Amino acid sequence: MASALRRLGSAAARRGLSTACEDTKKSLFQLPQAGGKSSNLCSAINQALHIALESDPRSYLFGEDVSFGGVFRCTTGLADRYGKSRVFNTPLCEQGIVGFGIGLAAMGNRAIAEIQFADYIFPAFDQIVNEASKFRYRSGNQFNCGGLTIRAPYGAVGHGGHYHSQSPEAFFCHVPGIKVVIPRSPRQAKGLLLSCIRDPNPVVFFEPKAIEEVPEEDYMLPLSEAEVIREGSDITVVGWGAQLSIMEQACAGAEKEGISCELIDLKTLIPWDKETVEASVRKTGRLLISHEAPVTGGFGAEISASIVERCFLRLEAPVARICGLDTPFPLVFEPFYMPTKNKILDAIKATVNY
Amino acid sequence: MYTGMVTLQVLDTVFYEAQRQGRISFYVTTIGEEAINIASAAALTMDDLVFPQYREPGVLLWRGFTLQEFANQCFGNKADYGKGRQMPIHYGSNKLNYFTVSSTIATQLPPAVGAAYSLKMDKQDACAVTYFGDGGSSEGDFHAALNFAAVMEAPVIFICRNNGWAISTPTSDQFRSDGVAIRGQAYGVKSIRVDGNDALAMYNTVRAAREMAIGEQKPVLIEAMTYRVGHHSTSDDSTKYRPANEIEWWRMQKDPVNRLRKWIERNGWWSSEAESELRIDVRKQQEKLLRETIERHPRDYPEDVPL
Repeated sequence: MASALRRLGSAAARRGLSTACEDTKKSLFQLPQAGGKSSNLCSAINQALHIALESDPRSYLFGEDVSFGGVFRCTTGLADRYGKSRVFNTPLCEQGIVGFGIGLAAMGNRAIAEIQFADYIFPAFDQIVNEASKFRYRSGNQFNCGGLTIRAPYGAVGHGGHYHSQSPEAFFCHVPGIKVVIPRSPRQAKGLLLSCIRDPNPVVFFEPKAIEEVPEEDYMLPLSEAEVIREGSDITVVGWGAQLSIMEQACAGAEKEGISCELIDLKTLIPWDKETVEASVRKTGRLLISHEAPVTGGFGAEISASIVERCFLRLEAPVARICGLDTPFPLVFEPFYMPTKNKILDAIKATVNY
Repeated sequence: MYTGMVTLQVLDTVFYEAQRQGRISFYVTTIGEEAINIASAAALTMDDLVFPQYREPGVLLWRGFTLQEFANQCFGNKADYGKGRQMPIHYGSNKLNYFTVSSTIATQLPPAVGAAYSLKMDKQDACAVTYFGDGGSSEGDFHAALNFAAVMEAPVIFICRNNGWAISTPTSDQFRSDGVAIRGQAYGVKSIRVDGNDALAMYNTVRAAREMAIGEQKPVLIEAMTYRVGHHSTSDDSTKYRPANEIEWWRMQKDPVNRLRKWIERNGWWSSEAESELRIDVRKQQEKLLRETIERHPRDYPEDVPL
């Protein structure tokens, strides 16, 4: 049953156009419907983790404070159900958490490592770049740590300031050998996380915060497949994670002014689905990318460069990037820092009227 | 053990000279640390997982990696298991449970703990063993790994080759603690210091550590005192930062291979004839092997270097 739904999900995503999405609710038809109940992102993650630990006895979940449920409650009930030797607290040391996870994964286990906030992932950067991403390649495929999944909540929360709001995805997108996945909603998060855990590559999974209905069963969503969640003809708008709901509002606002926007959720940042974005830009001739992370060197730059390479003669206007400002993430100035609906709407209009 | 140590010495000489002649791009010798390499390997079983730094080819040699396989990796030819992706001496062998070398210092330590935890959960009669130098004990990963090993109660043996030098940095510029063993203690890990140039002491220490690690499912730290007689690598000339007579003193007076040889000779199990026979034999074998390897993979050999 789950695999049939998986096939349906991926086929629908590839078809994209025939699901004729006018708003997000319709796009959910590609996913299992039975018995969904309202969940926030963390309970969706919790469901995915339960399923992962249940379905594979050689899977482990660990990180700071995960035992009692975690600071976001993503891991409630797991230690009680699966035992303290499979779900456990680690010392406060991100390089240790990720390194330990690499070792577990190298022995064929599924290691799900939690980093408490994406802002704290940097001590583990060496382990991720110099060990995890190269583990298989450098050994000529004698060894691998594909069972490793690193999850971290990321992004703006309204009051997070410098160290509880960061979007560090761009640093990781520059590392061949890992995958970077960012869901936009609880329903997406559950399916994508299960895919990441079961994917035979080390994955970094960034989790935003939101509320939505989530189906109860085991389902996976395909990696490296972008999803057209709103069809349009005047401009392609690309994003990921929490930013998508802001972008949807901007698209709705643009529609009132007679501009038809095609909105795409990238979902996997590396390796990313260039084909879907390119097909859309060939249709619309315009591209706007939006992300919370600072604009300079952000992942939007990679998308822009790649699409210009592929669609130069088709483009009617420069590729627009509406992103965070090039400053550390401020506290009281968050509303100015953020790529808001109005900034995006202005840019959509400017691009269409170029 | 003795023939292993001699083979390692000869292997080092042949490859070092090959690098100097331009045949391979780079090499790292293990001169002065043969006892740590071979004796520790002899005290382990094939089921124990090895997470090396890069100065432990003797462990791989003991486990059965052939001279041919060493040569293939150094030449980066088609037969290299690593597919020519890394510099020479970055060996790895999954069938010998020797995880592929990476140049980064101490990054292998936390994964060794994770792997040990996996062995514990699978109730295996085996442990993880990981090597690093005095320099590596300053890295954050060292502290992360020891702390994790203690808290997770992982059956892992940490072997520090305290050879006095981290490239040009002597231990007096590396730490002010009483060596490395005391740090293990600080993390709640049973620790011991041993003469790394005494092959028998090394063997017995690792043997006992293994029993403790597996029997009690706890980590153990061994600080093996030794001296890096060779240069850091072929890109280094250590006479630039340490006196040549210091190097000579360690090479002549404290050589672990000589020490073991004297002991086995005194026990009547060895002779100077056997010695020269062994050395000549191994040397011939290796030189022939190198020549054959080059001939077999002519494209993986620099054009401007004569055979």
